[in-house]
Amino acid sequence: MRENFTKSMARNIFYGGTVFFFLFFIGLTFDTISVLPETDNRHNITGKVALGKKVWEVNNCIGCHTLLGEGAYFAPELGNVYKRFGHSKDAIIAFIKSRPVEGIKGRRSMPQFNLSDKELDAIAEFLKYTSEIDAANWPPNIQG
Amino acid sequence: MQYKSQAVAKPYFIAAIGLFIGQILFGVILGLQYVVGDFLFPEIPFNVARMVHTNLLIVWLLFGFMGAAYYMVPEETETELYSPKLAIILFWVFLVAGALTIIGYLSVPYATLAQMTGNDLLPTMGREFLEQPTITKVGIVIVALGLLFNISMTALKGRKTAIIMVMIIGLWGLAIFFLFAFYNPVNLVLDKYFWWWVVHLWVEGVWELILGSILAFVLIKMTGVDREIIEKWLYVIIAMALISGIIGTGHHYFWIGTPDYWQWWGSLFSAIEPIPFFMMVIFAFNMVNKRKRDHPNKAAMLWAIGTPVMAFLGAGVWGFMHTLAPVNYFTHGSQITAAHGHMAFYGAYVMVVLAIISYAMPILRGRAAANSKKSQVVEMWSFWLMTVSMVFITLFLTGAGILQVWLQRISEAPMSFMVVQDKIAIFYWMREVAGIIFLLGLILYVISFFVGGEEEASS
Repeated sequence: MRENFTKSMARNIFYGGTVFFFLFFIGLTFDTISVLPETDNRHNITGKVALGKKVWEVNNCIGCHTLLGEGAYFAPELGNVYKRFGHSKDAIIAFIKSRPVEGIKGRRSMPQFNLSDKELDAIAEFLKYTSEIDAANWPPNIQG
Repeated sequence: MQYKSQAVAKPYFIAAIGLFIGQILFGVILGLQYVVGDFLFPEIPFNVARMVHTNLLIVWLLFGFMGAAYYMVPEETETELYSPKLAIILFWVFLVAGALTIIGYLSVPYATLAQMTGNDLLPTMGREFLEQPTITKVGIVIVALGLLFNISMTALKGRKTAIIMVMIIGLWGLAIFFLFAFYNPVNLVLDKYFWWWVVHLWVEGVWELILGSILAFVLIKMTGVDREIIEKWLYVIIAMALISGIIGTGHHYFWIGTPDYWQWWGSLFSAIEPIPFFMMVIFAFNMVNKRKRDHPNKAAMLWAIGTPVMAFLGAGVWGFMHTLAPVNYFTHGSQITAAHGHMAFYGAYVMVVLAIISYAMPILRGRAAANSKKSQVVEMWSFWLMTVSMVFITLFLTGAGILQVWLQRISEAPMSFMVVQDKIAIFYWMREVAGIIFLLGLILYVISFFVGGEEEASS
């Protein structure tokens, strides 16, 4: 680097640049939060959805699945599973309920979580709510 | 060792290596579960093993960062650590909390762990990388604040170099952004939005400050190049890292229900994220060329030069590959992401921690400046085994990812996820072989600590 470009100039670029772009980021964040109600499907958040999110979390579903593309890549995307299962909560519930305790020989299998009927209904409701978030047309197709 | 209190770094480094071994063992288990789906089922299902793998990675890197901080701060500030005793207490708190958390993951179902640790009081669990019980998260905050208090007080009474200021800002950032781990709204979009304030603003933000300062410290010590020059480079590199990386957070806001304009902001700024890594490569090679002495610790030099190269490849090139929104639309949440994650974490953070350990450990063990030639040869073998096998892990996952994206998302008759997984199994097998070679490299790395004696002092 050139001699006449000094350390203090470099330092000022660091502090100035960081502060400027962080403030800019905060600005974009405020704007995002103000327009989120148009896309984030918040009007469909119910007590059941809240319980469903809790069931989702305390069973660490993200440890195998992706949700809107984020998570682990071991099991199918679930952001659109409600649509993939023919807009059927019952199909989701039946799938979770029927997982064999000892797994499937030689293959990946979802654990049996022994969820109550109330929890099953809630997780399905949560996945329905998630599938109705406007995620800019992602995933590209129904396979997730 | 110039300052007595630097010795507190030693247990941190040892714990880091110990947990690293655990991380890789679970990595090999996960790799096998990808192809032998019922391996260890239902005792250790994939989600549990993955949680152990990723959480151990984070914890051992934090141990490494903390060890680096405790080692560097006295030497940079030219004064003894404010409280070596506090550093040792925090070490045990962190180790015990970490161990209990991992034992919890492995011994009871996750839902039971959530119940036992009172997740209902403040639900923070069950989100990727933030799976720790809330009480563990509180512990992490306490340990981080204790560390910050300790090194900030040391810096206040001593010399304030750019390297140490950058390190301290990085660690403060680490602690502050971790606080977003406690924010977990029911609204999934908001949850995800601020989850990235921990995850992205850590690894593509403040952690890069810690990385830069460790690398600068090691390069000053090993090359003897003028501090003014190295610190100037450091400032320019971290300036570029944050200027690109902060708005670059937007590359995570493409498909999670956030406004479309993030596709522009995220693509534009993350496209320049490789630049600081490229500068880091130029910086490291330049400093080595301009070196004023030949340091006897060749192994540490190898790690220090390897870090920017692999970070540039993993974070820079593999990151850029799928960061533009039109590309990411198809690659989001596929094995491409996994490929990038593996090489980026290894290149940027694993290697820099191994670089400071390689540089500091001989000195902490009372040796003049380096281990014996014999020990260094073993360590350099471990460098090449781990680094080359990580390149192959990345290449195989990239192959898997490209096929996955094609079969599942682009082809005329898209197949379902599980069908595609079967079709790309060959790549997972090859990845597993590369993973085992990585483990062998790691075993060799550990062995290197026990072979040969001391190198003759030279300057």
